Amino acid sequence: MTIEQILERAKKVAQEAEVFYSDYHDTPVGFEANRLKNVQSREGIGVALRIIKNGRIGFAATTRLDQAEELVAAAVEIAQFGAEAKFTMPSSPGNPRPVEVYDSSVEAIPIQRMVTLGQAMIDILLQHTPEIQCECSINKRIGSLRLINSAGLDVSYRRSSFSVSIEGTFIRDTDMLFVGDRAASCRLDFDVETIARNTVEQLEMAREIVPAAVGDVPVLFTPRAVLSSLLSPLIIALNGRNVLQRSSPLATRHGEQVAAKEFTLWDDPSRPYVPGSRQWDDEGVPTQKRTLIGNGVLNGFLYDLQTAGLAGTISTGNASRSPASLPGPSMSVAIIDHGSRSKDDLIKSIGDGIVVDELIGAGQGNVLGGDFGGNLLLGYRIQNGKITGRVKNTMVAGNVYQVLKDAQLSKETEWVGGFLSAPYILCPRVSTSSNE
Amino acid sequence: MRDEMEKALKGHDADYIEMRIEESQATRISYRGKELEDIGRTAATGGNVRALVKGGWGFVSFNSLDNLREKVELAISEARIVGAETSQLAPVEPVVDIVPPDFKMDPATVPLADKKNILDQYNDIIWSTPQVQTSNIGYGDNRKKVMFASSIGSYIEQSRCDVTLRLTVVARADSDVQQYGFSIGSNGDYSVVENSHDKVKEAAQKAVQMVTAPNVKGGEYTVVLDPILAGVFCHEAFGHLSESDFVYENPQMKEIMQMGRRFGSPILNIADGAAIPGLRGSFKYDDEGVRSTRSDLIREGVLVGRLHSRETAGKMGEKATGNARAIDYRFPPIVRMTNTIIEPGDTSFEDMIADIQEGVYAKNWYGGMTSMEMFTFSAGEAYMIRNGKIAEQLRPVVLSGNVFTTLANIDAIGNDLGMNQGGGCGKGGQSPLPVSNGSPHIRINKCLVGGR
Repeated sequence: MTIEQILERAKKVAQEAEVFYSDYHDTPVGFEANRLKNVQSREGIGVALRIIKNGRIGFAATTRLDQAEELVAAAVEIAQFGAEAKFTMPSSPGNPRPVEVYDSSVEAIPIQRMVTLGQAMIDILLQHTPEIQCECSINKRIGSLRLINSAGLDVSYRRSSFSVSIEGTFIRDTDMLFVGDRAASCRLDFDVETIARNTVEQLEMAREIVPAAVGDVPVLFTPRAVLSSLLSPLIIALNGRNVLQRSSPLATRHGEQVAAKEFTLWDDPSRPYVPGSRQWDDEGVPTQKRTLIGNGVLNGFLYDLQTAGLAGTISTGNASRSPASLPGPSMSVAIIDHGSRSKDDLIKSIGDGIVVDELIGAGQGNVLGGDFGGNLLLGYRIQNGKITGRVKNTMVAGNVYQVLKDAQLSKETEWVGGFLSAPYILCPRVSTSSNE
Repeated sequence: MRDEMEKALKGHDADYIEMRIEESQATRISYRGKELEDIGRTAATGGNVRALVKGGWGFVSFNSLDNLREKVELAISEARIVGAETSQLAPVEPVVDIVPPDFKMDPATVPLADKKNILDQYNDIIWSTPQVQTSNIGYGDNRKKVMFASSIGSYIEQSRCDVTLRLTVVARADSDVQQYGFSIGSNGDYSVVENSHDKVKEAAQKAVQMVTAPNVKGGEYTVVLDPILAGVFCHEAFGHLSESDFVYENPQMKEIMQMGRRFGSPILNIADGAAIPGLRGSFKYDDEGVRSTRSDLIREGVLVGRLHSRETAGKMGEKATGNARAIDYRFPPIVRMTNTIIEPGDTSFEDMIADIQEGVYAKNWYGGMTSMEMFTFSAGEAYMIRNGKIAEQLRPVVLSGNVFTTLANIDAIGNDLGMNQGGGCGKGGQSPLPVSNGSPHIRINKCLVGGR
């Protein structure tokens, strides 16, 4: 059965209906222990049906187009118990500016080329540290998405993506050092050698192990650490669902100063060839570039249709969904604006402190309340304005709303995993403790 | 299906081929606050083929079950691109077995209205507790039939049914938000989610208490873990290190993980195995068709075993342990834990805390993570221990350690045992995999506690 036929069938038994179709084809190439280990081909499709029947939401999903009758029946059964619908399905796709997220050349990249790219990265690491053990993954993905509903909406687009990641493990006695970097884009527009060189730089900085600076010390978060430690609690707090329930610490603070003046956070789905970019969200609502926190002042939250309906506001075009789940509010592409001082200046300004590049378990603990904390997997000591070596067996803990109050941001920004562009962020007082 | 699978596997030039086909049905219900947020039903059918040629793997996953033979050929052609060495798989006997489902209380037999009714009761309990800001409840069941065929002539049909309930209560004072929750689960027994009324009430009260609790001061403490958190500790601190895919091709790791190496004092015993019956990580055959076992990992403080797939065992000249698992048909199996246990000792809880002047009693869990050497695990609930007694309540704490020192710092193991059946494990992009962890109360010296 086609998805149009599923919609027709659903319209006969419900007041409103929507069919969300998505498919993907991944071709990952994997290296283990410095050599090629596997080549894969992963294909999948998903069809999700959402209906509004007698004012309630019904939902069912399947991977089988030949089971359309079962799909409709399941959604109808569910609708008896479903949440009260607080929205109507959009009829017009609006007139959003086109967003480039597909490049046909990705599909044509041969496996052999992907193998060569992976080997080139590993060779750079091996040249620097012959004992290193590398894992490397290179993936191309072609996906498509189509959304049709009973109000006449019909939007569809294709998305390509190309991603690479490398992780090196360097073991001396029982000391284990993990280094690595990653990149993702809708096309192959980045240089894999740069990724390998970033990793080599980590190896250089981590050469010596030095004692940690403990107590309340200045901590410089790299863009990668900004994502896992600082941004994750903010994204949860900006989610309209948590705002609605007032479980978000930001729920009552609209218009208030919640971070340093230099701190501006955007959701910008319009960036061309960034994997999170999109013209429409997963409910067919046009997306928009929005400031969420502007010059430290809380400016807005993330909403999908249902959450916005419950909150008495309108969707911000932030609905996201996996093939088998209802949509929920989510950020598309996070942009934190750069600051005024260079990264080197920030480092030079630190008498005794720590650089956090990666924490293990940063997302544990009371993230909803804004807490972050974890064991320093990759981090360095700064003494008298210079990086002096690697710090380990050290806990870093804090609350994002406290540490962002007097944060300073670097001029340089970097992309993290095709989702976040962020500067280095220096927080003057973060609690650290250590076994040493 | 069996005929089609076996036919598709015949007559190819590869060192090994396997095919897995799955059919699954899942139901989920979630509440956020008083409102039902999501209720839905999903069905999935899919499969995969994995082929080994000269040590290189090809893998193809799909939803459509048409042209299985072409999928086998594609996997073999991928493996040929990679293969440049010799394939080494630990030998196993071919098995033909249709394992009948063994579900104590199949959630598929419970009407949706009844499932929702239980959650409504829990929500009423939460909302009758003063000062609760909001709550999240997530229920899910996933019933899955898996058909496995391989080129050594095995054909296995197995079913599993994962049932989970996660509940979090959020309390708030001004912009300070605290939460308390629990998660429970089972393989094929819906009744575990039915009788949690007391636990729900306790969770709501504890969330409210936490808002007024202080933060711990970061540093080293003598820490006592309750069985639930100790199980998570065991999983993160040592379990992952015993997974041989981290070891088998890494000469330095092999040296570190030499059999006979001492990791703990003679009171420490750790084991893992899917053959331990009735737990969330239990099964008869793993996803390579290998019969499940129970493996001693640490005996009297000394390394005696590790977890294997056929490949890691083959390359290390050891026996396959039945630990190759995939979360579903979209992924190849990798080495995973099943049910991981610290075995009980003989210290009572009272004796364990009696001589602690200042320490931390950490209970329940949020999560855990490891990098092999260093790890963290976080408690959902914590108290100071002062002069041998449990004292004031703290905000939840994150604990951290280093496998080469922290395991050796365990100096007391309790005479009780508790299993945590509510966890899910993530590795290699495959999450959450149903596992269970268990332990008695344990005491760790000089454990690093994060604080602010």
